[in-house]
Amino acid sequence: MSKRPLEGVKVADFSWSIVGPLATKLLCDYGAQVVKIEGRRKPDISRITGTFKNGISGLDRAGRFVPYNTGKLSVALNLAHPKGVAVAKRFVAWADIVVETFAGGAMKRMGLGYEELRKIKPDIIMLSSCSMGQAGPQATLPTFGAQLVALAGLTHITGWPDREPANLEVYTDFIAPHFNALAILAALDYRRRTGKGMYLDLAQYENALHFVAPLILDRVVNQRVAGRVGNRSPCLAPHNVYRCRGEDRWCAIAVSSDDEWESFGKVIGTPSWIKDPKFSTLLERKANEEELDKLVENWTTNYSPEEVVSMMQAARVAAGVVETTEDLLERDPQLKHRHFHWELDHPEVGKYRAPGPSFALSKSPCELRRAPLLGEHNEYALKEILGMSDEEIAELVIEGVIE
Amino acid sequence: MTQQRTEGMLSPYRVLDLTDEKGNLCGKLLGDLGADVIKIERPGGDPARSQGPFYHDDPDPEKSLLWFAFNTSKRGITLDIAKADGHEIFKRLVKSADLVIESFPPGHMDKLGLGYSALEKVNPRVIVVSITPFGQTGPYQDYKAPDIVAWAMGARMYPVGDADRSPVRVSHHSQAYLHAGAEAAVGALMALHYRKMTGEGQHVDVSIQASVAQLLWATSDFDMVKIIPRRGKLRLSDNVALERLKTMWPCKDGYVMWIAWGGPQGRMYWPPLIRWMESEGMANEFLRRFDFGTFEHATATKEVIDAIVDPTEKFFMSHTKAELLAGAVSHDAMLCPVATTTEIMESDQLSAREFLVEVEHPELDTTVTYPGAFAHSSEAPPRVSRRAPRIGEHNEEIYEKELGFSKQELTTLRQARII
Repeated sequence: MSKRPLEGVKVADFSWSIVGPLATKLLCDYGAQVVKIEGRRKPDISRITGTFKNGISGLDRAGRFVPYNTGKLSVALNLAHPKGVAVAKRFVAWADIVVETFAGGAMKRMGLGYEELRKIKPDIIMLSSCSMGQAGPQATLPTFGAQLVALAGLTHITGWPDREPANLEVYTDFIAPHFNALAILAALDYRRRTGKGMYLDLAQYENALHFVAPLILDRVVNQRVAGRVGNRSPCLAPHNVYRCRGEDRWCAIAVSSDDEWESFGKVIGTPSWIKDPKFSTLLERKANEEELDKLVENWTTNYSPEEVVSMMQAARVAAGVVETTEDLLERDPQLKHRHFHWELDHPEVGKYRAPGPSFALSKSPCELRRAPLLGEHNEYALKEILGMSDEEIAELVIEGVIE
Repeated sequence: MTQQRTEGMLSPYRVLDLTDEKGNLCGKLLGDLGADVIKIERPGGDPARSQGPFYHDDPDPEKSLLWFAFNTSKRGITLDIAKADGHEIFKRLVKSADLVIESFPPGHMDKLGLGYSALEKVNPRVIVVSITPFGQTGPYQDYKAPDIVAWAMGARMYPVGDADRSPVRVSHHSQAYLHAGAEAAVGALMALHYRKMTGEGQHVDVSIQASVAQLLWATSDFDMVKIIPRRGKLRLSDNVALERLKTMWPCKDGYVMWIAWGGPQGRMYWPPLIRWMESEGMANEFLRRFDFGTFEHATATKEVIDAIVDPTEKFFMSHTKAELLAGAVSHDAMLCPVATTTEIMESDQLSAREFLVEVEHPELDTTVTYPGAFAHSSEAPPRVSRRAPRIGEHNEEIYEKELGFSKQELTTLRQARII
């Protein structure tokens, strides 16, 4: 097997939930050694919420933990104990990178702030990622992605203009990891060139605002407050999601030119309305879009979404099945082709799937390994990484430092 | 426009950015990190320039706000790489480039003789990043995927919206392309680390669909318990009594996001809100005594839900979004108002962190407020170093000063519509 790009890179990972773990997962999948430091009394929230394998709860059975912590080593450490903090510092001395996602200022209060860590390891790269940033009047806002998605303006622009906004769930939790991974990799490159570490302070709120940037500019220069437009597009029609045959089955269709409109007409068998002047130009189609959508749907309901999509795409008209999570995992042939989901085997969960990265490197592929049990690598990490003796470890266990 | 060159994390690297809307964010992020990003547009400009919104609603290719937003910190040249001279010039540029980013359909660059296998011969260290709807190979490789299709096929759409209507996307510009662009930047840096190790470049194949498919933990819900989340209010249960338990609660001037948690999270997150309601005399006896740890959505009765919802609903309705945000901070309550871009512009937190930055647009005789650095950093901080380039703005700078073309040659290339 070829070398992975981050072989030899060492990460002390204090992060939990999604935003940090997804970024450190990526580092791990590409060869970094990641020690996840978590506690038994205060486990990663992903271990205690969400769904559990076959509905039986347990710290090592959590469905939202195992896909996002592939390949990491787990050390269960009590950070509320002074000796726990001392052990954490030894992992910092070993690491190239420290990642944490506690509420703003929490690491500092534990005696693990950047200034402190820098004394232990002058060229450490430390990344803090929290909701609102480390400082500022709202730094302590106790929110996750489920709320930040609203604050960042994304909820307000999702859904139907005549209804309340739609729920995007924890969408921003999945925006921030891109930025965290990017910042870490750039900082690591800089350190490899200059020998200098750094402190990185990222806010999920700000990360998410990059995803509404054009709308912020629109507000600034045109004073326009962007709202919800359902599935409409200002310059495409048809552009919508249409009901298909089957229970709650849908397809998306987007026609982006007169040529595509003609191809679209041929696919649906050129019914008389296709030639109606009120649909012959984009402006006409936009003006009569509601009627057009109904006519399109009258046709799509006769077919499964898969049938619609293969007919449309064969005619070079953009269309897609509105896939469910089951489609993603079990059916989508393209994702299978890319080997996007990895099947892994976990001692508690059994066989499960974890997503790989959305990119593939031609010469240095990633490799996913199953997520760790809580504290699974206590002994290995303390002995092999920190060089502790059996006596030292036994003492830490008795004192409740190692959990 | 001031053009200070301060040290950024990626300052030594040069990026050739051939992308359209599908990949513009990738180069922007690398540029904000200090890389020398040269946007290469076809003569006449990138089609993304024709997309709105526009400065003062004037649909001029030099005034697209979508283009502005995702092309900061780049220089810009025009070049038709399909023409023989353009082809040669591009190869010359590749010699000194570290990264090439492109978003043409799979095989297009190969057809032009500029695919990875050709560019690798020009510069074995070059990293080529390709951003396409479904990746370079596979059964859907030639499928088209504007945002609504990518969003649908990444399963990010099915659970979003109301039960009585179709699934719905996020309005306006493509979210899918932004995920792909950001992931492409991450993939590019991963390849750069590999190059440090081996001296070799490689081809990075980004799938827009895959970048959407990783955006939800609901895949694990299916994997663990075969549950598929559905549209509607609380989708993990069929309990009709839940109709009133929303996540989006009306308040005085809009909506606020508050999740009516049960179980361990209920025990953690309700008490701060209840104490806050109590401080304003708006909590009832039931709320004060109820153990939310025992509250389960699947089994909750109508009586319990009414006792929870009535005072909570009333409390939110008596406050504005701004009051609710301020209160969430002071009472440690886990809620956020559903903000519009107006409230984002007014955020105290963003101004305290100096997140929004003014970028000069001398041609428009103004400055425009942009989202700024995506990270605060103690070293070589990322920053928006310049506004997006105008069409061919740096043709002279690159072609004359750097590649040594004469003015006359440049005129010839222009007339032949190569640049």
